[in-house]
Amino acid sequence: MAGPGGDMQWCFSQVKGAIDDDVAEADIISTVEFNHTGELLATGDKGGRVVIFQQEVENKNLPQFRSEYNVYSTFQSHEPEFDYLKSLEIEEKINKIRWLPQKNAAQFLLSTNDKTIKLWKISERDKRPEGYNLKEEDGRYRDPNTITALRVPILIPMDLMVEASPRRVFSNAHTYHINSVSVNSDNETYLSADDLRINLWNLEITDRSFNIVDIKPANMEELTEVITAAEFHPLQCNTFVYSSSKGTIRLCDMRVSALCDKHSKLFEEPENPSNRSFFSEIISSISDVKFSHNGRYIMTRDYLSVKIWDLNMENRPVETYQVHEYLRSKLCSLYENDCIFDKFECCWNGNDSVVMTGSYNNFFRMFERGQRRDATLEASRENSKPLQVLKPRKVCTGGKRKKDEISVDSLDFNKKILHTAWHPQDNIIAVATTNNLYIFQDKVN
Amino acid sequence: MEVDRGAMECAVDAQSLISMSLMKIHSSRTQRGGIKLHKNLLVSYVLRNARQLYIKEKYAEIYRMQQYEEVMAVCSGIQELDPLEPLEPQGAEDAEPEQPVRAAGCGEESRAAGGREPEPPYYRSCCMEDQFSQNCNKTTVLDLDTHVVTTVENGFLHQDCCCAAAPQCAPGAAARKRKVDSAACSPDAEEPSDYTAGRKRLKREECSGADCSPDASNISNLISIFGSGFSGLLSRQADLEQVCSKQALASLGAWTRAIVAF
Repeated sequence: MAGPGGDMQWCFSQVKGAIDDDVAEADIISTVEFNHTGELLATGDKGGRVVIFQQEVENKNLPQFRSEYNVYSTFQSHEPEFDYLKSLEIEEKINKIRWLPQKNAAQFLLSTNDKTIKLWKISERDKRPEGYNLKEEDGRYRDPNTITALRVPILIPMDLMVEASPRRVFSNAHTYHINSVSVNSDNETYLSADDLRINLWNLEITDRSFNIVDIKPANMEELTEVITAAEFHPLQCNTFVYSSSKGTIRLCDMRVSALCDKHSKLFEEPENPSNRSFFSEIISSISDVKFSHNGRYIMTRDYLSVKIWDLNMENRPVETYQVHEYLRSKLCSLYENDCIFDKFECCWNGNDSVVMTGSYNNFFRMFERGQRRDATLEASRENSKPLQVLKPRKVCTGGKRKKDEISVDSLDFNKKILHTAWHPQDNIIAVATTNNLYIFQDKVN
Repeated sequence: MEVDRGAMECAVDAQSLISMSLMKIHSSRTQRGGIKLHKNLLVSYVLRNARQLYIKEKYAEIYRMQQYEEVMAVCSGIQELDPLEPLEPQGAEDAEPEQPVRAAGCGEESRAAGGREPEPPYYRSCCMEDQFSQNCNKTTVLDLDTHVVTTVENGFLHQDCCCAAAPQCAPGAAARKRKVDSAACSPDAEEPSDYTAGRKRLKREECSGADCSPDASNISNLISIFGSGFSGLLSRQADLEQVCSKQALASLGAWTRAIVAF
């Protein structure tokens, strides 16, 4: 991360969301995603809403203000549902949002809850027609007998209106909870993954999908692992990966067979026996998997670390970064308060040189791959003066606590950053705390 | 599996982990959005790991007890040859046949005559005493859906047989040990310190709280139910346990529906 002294510095830009400490459950952010140009930033929340922010065009040329994002559209994507057959409530929480590459004036995104995926069209309307022959201005129909002349209606400008409409609803294809959707590079298909199965869809066709991975055992009592995330290769439309709760990643090639139960590659690192504990299985479960933009690497996030795998080497990752190793001795308490089940996501920067992931106490971590440097930063209202530079944070793991360090026992485990996103082309990042969205940009000199 | 207990920050008692895990599974059934398969699978791994340690510790305890019993058998043999220090008569107990009580815990009436203080649930492994297995034929099972406790008579499970039984289980002392067993109910009697220490250690493990006895038996019951779920996990356990697991699986068919709900 280049900058004064060689380190990149990050500045506060904006924070979105309510200020008060009393967090409404519906406002908890559950996913964050930039679109392919970075101009739009979408968030989903537990209440089933999607909020889209747009980068201010006028500021794009002013470097220090280029990360100003304002609300562009808000809509209710999913509602709570009830499965009467199983007597189960289906949560409206948005698990994932994925943007489609832009093809025309409108924007499209896929949003999903536990059971149903929806394709939303977000379009702008800034003109309206005027001068109808058969209708009055207020919409009432005119008596045709009173019409004596014809005119051509014209389009006149109006205030910008952004409309979101559900164009497709893909439902009834998943028995278990959907954890991922991923759009294929062919721009025609996408996959959706639940705990035990992955389905392939055509974006145009909603009444059927193809099952391409099925790891459900014949006898559910023999279940030993579940699918935790899945993603298409960014460039090869036949390749996708999926991660499991056992810490393995499988790469599948759809050309090999219709059902990709047999993997083409299996990425797995042998467990370090000296780290064995009651909770080994939990902390090795992969919570997120992301291809690098160039398609050469896979990044995985498990509870304590981020690993980078070279697609050509299956037996161990090429890089491992410890996110918060000091938590290893706290696993029992984290199990007790359920924090050990938190699913942290991770993301690449635009040129795959830096990776980022979240932690507790509203800390987030960046790992610079080439430089072997890492930083811990904090998203908090205290550091939210415009363009304020973020000070690196440090967690004290034992012994004497230095000034400005925070001890492990003082960490607030209710303040967790699970979702982060990096602008695809610029050094602008979006970091979601429980119910606030922070936007930071790199410091401009 | 060697568990790095030293790394644990809090007091990682296998039993408390087991009860914590079972509580999580139980409460997940009422969570909004339905049962989370992934989370419950992970919890079941913790449960398996804790149970492995729990069983390992119990076996270690039993092994120690057995070692001691052998020594005592030799000592009492010597004693019989030279009855210079007769031990306290057992009264009613002497009339009992020399039947090893080790496996006889479950469901049987307490042999304790009046005045004998009830023993805490004393862990015994039925499977370790194959030759004495006839006594152990009752199982108490808790159905999570109906909260009904039932006693099943057709099979047996190795770790919960005696734990499930009433706390009045006769202490698992072999007949030969009976002569020294008076020490269990008469703490004042002379007793090798090792044996006392052994029992006390076991007591501590069993009774980690004020009312541990009902908890221990409930936990063991729930373990016995859950022991059949996710049997893919069981298949990876030590061979020693496999014998018991198979029997557990064979006898628990319908009860697994209590937990296996997917």
